[in-house]
Amino acid sequence: MTSAVARAAARARRPGARHAGGPRTLLLRWSPLVPATVLLLLFLVGPIGYCVLIAFTDTQLTGQESASFVGLANFRHAFGDPAFRNAVVLTLVFTVLSSLVGQNTLGLALAGLMRRASRPVRALTGAMVITAWVLPEIVAGFLLYTFFERRGTLNALLDQLHLPAQNWLFTLPIVAVSFANVWRGTAFSMLIYSAALAGIPQEVTESAEVDGAGGLRRLWHITLPMIRRSIGTNLMLNTLQTLSVFGLIWVMTRGGPGNRSQTLPVFMYDQAFLKSLIGYGTAVALLLLLVGALFSVVYLRLLREEV
Amino acid sequence: MRPTAPLMLLAATVVAAGTLTACGSGSGSDTGTVKVAFIKDTNGKVTVRDDYVRLVARQFEKEHPGKKVRLIPIQASENDYYTKIQQMMRSPRTAPDVVYEDTFLVNSDITAGLLRPLDLYLRTWDDWRQFQPAAKAAAKGQDGRTYGVPDGTDTRGLWFNKKIFKKAGLPADWRPRTWDEVLDAARTVQRKVPGVIPLNVFTGKGAGEAAVMQGFEMLLYGTGEHQLYDPGAKKWVTGTRGFRDSLTFLDTVYKERLGPDVSDALSPNIQTNVAAELLPEEKLAIDLDGSWLGQQWQKTGGGNPWPEWSATLGQAPFPTQHGAPPGKVSLAGGWTWSVPRKAQQPDLAWKLIETFQSKPNALEWCVRGAQIAVRKDVAADPRYRTSVPGIGFFTGLVGVSRYRPALPEYPRVAAAIGEAMEAVTADDASPDKAAADYDTTLKSLVGGRTVAKP
Repeated sequence: MTSAVARAAARARRPGARHAGGPRTLLLRWSPLVPATVLLLLFLVGPIGYCVLIAFTDTQLTGQESASFVGLANFRHAFGDPAFRNAVVLTLVFTVLSSLVGQNTLGLALAGLMRRASRPVRALTGAMVITAWVLPEIVAGFLLYTFFERRGTLNALLDQLHLPAQNWLFTLPIVAVSFANVWRGTAFSMLIYSAALAGIPQEVTESAEVDGAGGLRRLWHITLPMIRRSIGTNLMLNTLQTLSVFGLIWVMTRGGPGNRSQTLPVFMYDQAFLKSLIGYGTAVALLLLLVGALFSVVYLRLLREEV
Repeated sequence: MRPTAPLMLLAATVVAAGTLTACGSGSGSDTGTVKVAFIKDTNGKVTVRDDYVRLVARQFEKEHPGKKVRLIPIQASENDYYTKIQQMMRSPRTAPDVVYEDTFLVNSDITAGLLRPLDLYLRTWDDWRQFQPAAKAAAKGQDGRTYGVPDGTDTRGLWFNKKIFKKAGLPADWRPRTWDEVLDAARTVQRKVPGVIPLNVFTGKGAGEAAVMQGFEMLLYGTGEHQLYDPGAKKWVTGTRGFRDSLTFLDTVYKERLGPDVSDALSPNIQTNVAAELLPEEKLAIDLDGSWLGQQWQKTGGGNPWPEWSATLGQAPFPTQHGAPPGKVSLAGGWTWSVPRKAQQPDLAWKLIETFQSKPNALEWCVRGAQIAVRKDVAADPRYRTSVPGIGFFTGLVGVSRYRPALPEYPRVAAAIGEAMEAVTADDASPDKAAADYDTTLKSLVGGRTVAKP
């Protein structure tokens, strides 16, 4: 059976190869894929196509007799909309703060430290960090809301230490939700980097040590270049995850106060479901997709470059 | 192996096609069954409405032998409930025969062609004369036809704590005549009773429609006529003085720290905080809020019994801006029983609505659900008048109550009002700037159908 498949594959790879048995064999060969393809078309490609389609209409959730095509009006409206520009800036701040700087660096640091730690410490730290990660987003949101709230845990702690109280959910909401996202998402980076660091051969590190390289130099010249691919992969996954964070922000601040923590997903929800402008909301969703694509392209280039 | 491949394929395709096109069967139109869809509280312990609907359904089955009522309780938050019934009503296969509609959205659904006009039935229904004129308009479409029968309503006014008022030297029969008198009372409390919040006015996006209706519109509707929408011109109104004045009032409350801490005021939990903590713990002197507030403190209310509430709290109507007649403002909301356009059993559905809104059943619902009666004969009934303390006062406000603009765009406009309130409360914008931003947003929300009325 397997050899038959291999033979068939080899035949198919030869340019201009004629399929023995003609179209019927071809049909048979592809037929097992039909159900899966149908499912994909129905449940994946269909909705995405539909989304792209309604981004060019003035569709509304309710209160409208019929929708019509409006061309690029939604996109023009977005670029002229100060609330949209504000959302783009906040999305970038949120992504850079919590994903690039926060989760990524902290994850690497934790992974590095845990390699040297004793077994119980490693187990305990790992368990704690991973617990934060496996919590459902909505639960994490409520937990962190009660932590940062004006009468919440953080202020109770600060009060014990005789430090001034904070009210970040109100004064620096985007920082508060970024912290929350770091708290929740660091485990993922930590796991990726733990695996990557474990893959660095001991001899390389040891010989560098013998040559008298200090910790920082070893990190910069040996560790980082050797786990470059993991860094790229991790950044890409992290960024895409962070770009689409909605529940955490919604529970903690609802994008407020004012619109000081209204990132693109929250803005999208507000337009599509609170203001019923499904068409406009979908157009914004497509623009968010574009932002994600831009980030991905940059990371892919990082991955491709040879040192 | 080979010959069976096409067979396997065929089988797989059949199975897939079967699964993919399987439709919900069993909801066909059974001539003797009437389906009624209504919202069930997200808190499973609260079964006030379920119990009442079941009671009426049993009575209906007794009165119409051979007919059955199928209950479709939908346990969801209000927004999700709206979405769900809108989807159900789109197809004759899933449309209920009777649906419970919030007046907040009923006009959206009328415009979308989801509901059936009831005028033919109402013409032959004697009880319709018992309904208050304002209530009759609750589900009136822009075509002048009526699409629903309201089962109750709610009104809004000032609740104040008499004990705190005594400490502040304010009267127990407080009756402010202008906005300034409300603010002055709050300032007096601030001076003489430190540690309590003088005045709560809901504001911002977190509280949602509670802020827009209990907060902003209670102010706006006391500044003059047609401040949001001009029915004559059929256009939404921009640039009014009343809009700016209402925002200025809010600005004063939060700038002078007469209200809750701004971050609390803008939190989505403020409504729960007010009803479950601030009022029962006597940390709030004056609260601009709804008629239903007392139901939670009753023994039957579940959450937080507070036996002394009726002795501790007084009520006063909310005044117009400068005391212009009628001197008091209230807004009314509520829900209606409607029939979807695609209902299979419209006649039977109407019979069920008649049963729901017969006098004894309407009375039963008002008592159980702490509702304000919309039928004059229920409002006069002694059992209703003694059901919840304060119900008499709030029923008295029905006469001056106004409804929100009953238009499909209203929910969107309300979201924009919430944003303007939030900007002022959080000190992100002056009242004038927030009002100007609202005007810009409004134009894009209603497709430019606006008229400036400075």
